[in-house]
Amino acid sequence: MIVAGLILVLSLVALLQFFASYCRSLIVASSREPLSIQARDVTGIVGMTAPGAEFPRFVQLLQLCPERPEDRGPVRAVCIYYRLLSTLRRLFSQLAPHLVLWADGERGRCAYFAAVVLDRRIAYSRNMFAQQMSE
Amino acid sequence: MVVCALVRGAFRRYLALNLYMAISCGTSLVGYKILSIYGFDSKQYYFFYYQSHLLLTIALYFVLINLYLRVFDEMRADHLVRAGAVLLLLGTSIFSYAVVRQSEGRISSQFVVELSQNLYFVGVVLTYVLWGAMMKLRETRTRLIQLVLSLGIYFSMLAAEYALRNLYPSLTAVKTYLPPVVGCLLPLAWCYAFLKLSEDARLATARLGVLPR
Repeated sequence: MIVAGLILVLSLVALLQFFASYCRSLIVASSREPLSIQARDVTGIVGMTAPGAEFPRFVQLLQLCPERPEDRGPVRAVCIYYRLLSTLRRLFSQLAPHLVLWADGERGRCAYFAAVVLDRRIAYSRNMFAQQMSE
Repeated sequence: MVVCALVRGAFRRYLALNLYMAISCGTSLVGYKILSIYGFDSKQYYFFYYQSHLLLTIALYFVLINLYLRVFDEMRADHLVRAGAVLLLLGTSIFSYAVVRQSEGRISSQFVVELSQNLYFVGVVLTYVLWGAMMKLRETRTRLIQLVLSLGIYFSMLAAEYALRNLYPSLTAVKTYLPPVVGCLLPLAWCYAFLKLSEDARLATARLGVLPR
């Protein structure tokens, strides 16, 4: 009983850590991708960073575009990661300000990731439209 | 996943992972056939379910060892890794048997649940150590990083699931809904790693540490 309880707690801690690192590996890969002018117009992003609070809006915009099957899993994973970060931010807003700063930075990266995916979907939609017009 | 690896020319490079997935898929098909012929409550299905599950758990453990060999391939420590893996597997089996021997009743299924829980937890610890070593060695292969991290997520979810099953045997939702959801995650994450990432893709592991420095 004690062993099972211990395994449960340690596994959940490890799960959180693996999940956060996995999501960061998805986000970091997209953080070097520059956005197109169209995506910048839609999202309002100027440089290579985005405000974390914009993530829900970018996800809503993503839902308006035709879905690329390969994006589905990573977007869901990053949405869960964003929710975890927001919860962490709420819980530790008074206790640990440096953690809140870190969470804000991470949320900003999540938002930039969503903007990059949006950019890909815009390009995908344009390609589809162009193909339909040519047929 | 095997098809994705074949399409991207990574089947032989990640042979252990692909073999595991192929065996897992084959086992599911045979399991479905046995289920449809003999029924859910039959002895045949009961025996097949537990024994195949145990074999798949051990196979996944060897997949992890293969990833270890891949990370440490330049250090020429393969014989040490293999010897350590066999010792750990034997130790976990003996420990699980010792725990189960104290109880009575359906000893074989209980042994499988106990051994799976312990093996998955050993898997969590080993993946954690591997991830630590990758951070220390500044491993940059993005595909390998994502394969290891998704395996870590899978192992920790399964270890938590089996621990819950041990703690609350009457909790049917854990038995019914969690395994199919968890079971889909690993093939999906590995498919993504094979399809979307090239073998040459690189990533700075220092940027993946969870806590702020």
